[in-house]
Amino acid sequence: MNVELILFFVLAAVAIGAALGMLFSRNAVYSALFLILNFATVAVFFLLLGAPFIAMAQVTVYAGAIMVLFLFVIMLLGAEQIQHQARRGWQRPLAMLLTLVLLAESAYLIFTRSDVLTVLPPAASDYGSPQSIGLLLFSEYLLPFEVTSILLLAAMVGAIVLVKEDKKKSGGRK
Amino acid sequence: MIPISYYFALSAILFALGALGVLIRRNAIIIFMSVELMLNAANLLFVAFARANEALSGQVFVFFVIAVAAAEVAVGLALIVVIFRNRQSIDIDEMSNLKG
Repeated sequence: MNVELILFFVLAAVAIGAALGMLFSRNAVYSALFLILNFATVAVFFLLLGAPFIAMAQVTVYAGAIMVLFLFVIMLLGAEQIQHQARRGWQRPLAMLLTLVLLAESAYLIFTRSDVLTVLPPAASDYGSPQSIGLLLFSEYLLPFEVTSILLLAAMVGAIVLVKEDKKKSGGRK
Repeated sequence: MIPISYYFALSAILFALGALGVLIRRNAIIIFMSVELMLNAANLLFVAFARANEALSGQVFVFFVIAVAAAEVAVGLALIVVIFRNRQSIDIDEMSNLKG
């Protein structure tokens, strides 16, 4: 067993454990912190797969910006301690069963492939370098890149408009 | 070196855990975080297949998925804030007003 394989299994255990911790934490803040841990381990997997640019984007955008937004909203709403309502008893077992079916289907698809245990040859030295991704982004994928900027602008405006207090409605209450 | 199918298996497990979270939790924010977990599992699969085929386009797609996820989170969290303001709760069992 070489070092890389040990690293993979330890990190995979951390990633799955963090995902489980996120699912079963009572406190929403703990859930968000577990999810950050999960995103950080996935970023290391991206590094192992030869994608340093995506790994850094993952850390800054996902683990940084998006999760900080989640923490802001959780603390703004004071929603961290919201209790579970009594739910219908059949929902949880049914959800577990459906998830197990999904897992079994994916496992079947993965392990019936003929090349399950092929180890890839090392990639070319400039594979996944920020330079090559940037070249691809600004040549072949220029239009989607520009459309993304419009999408981000629309989302920003949408979020502001949604959260804005309605002056006419709230005037009476104040 | 690590067989590439290990990454497929890990991604499938993370995706299934995200789906489980959407199904069993009642707190809208936790459900939203589970959706992020599923998106992330799909990203991992994208990068793994990009590595398997030596095709850089997979990584560019992950970049776009991250950007769309950022936009989605901004709008989704704004919706959750508005719902909380109106109903003092983000329990999804209480959001049944559209039921016929």
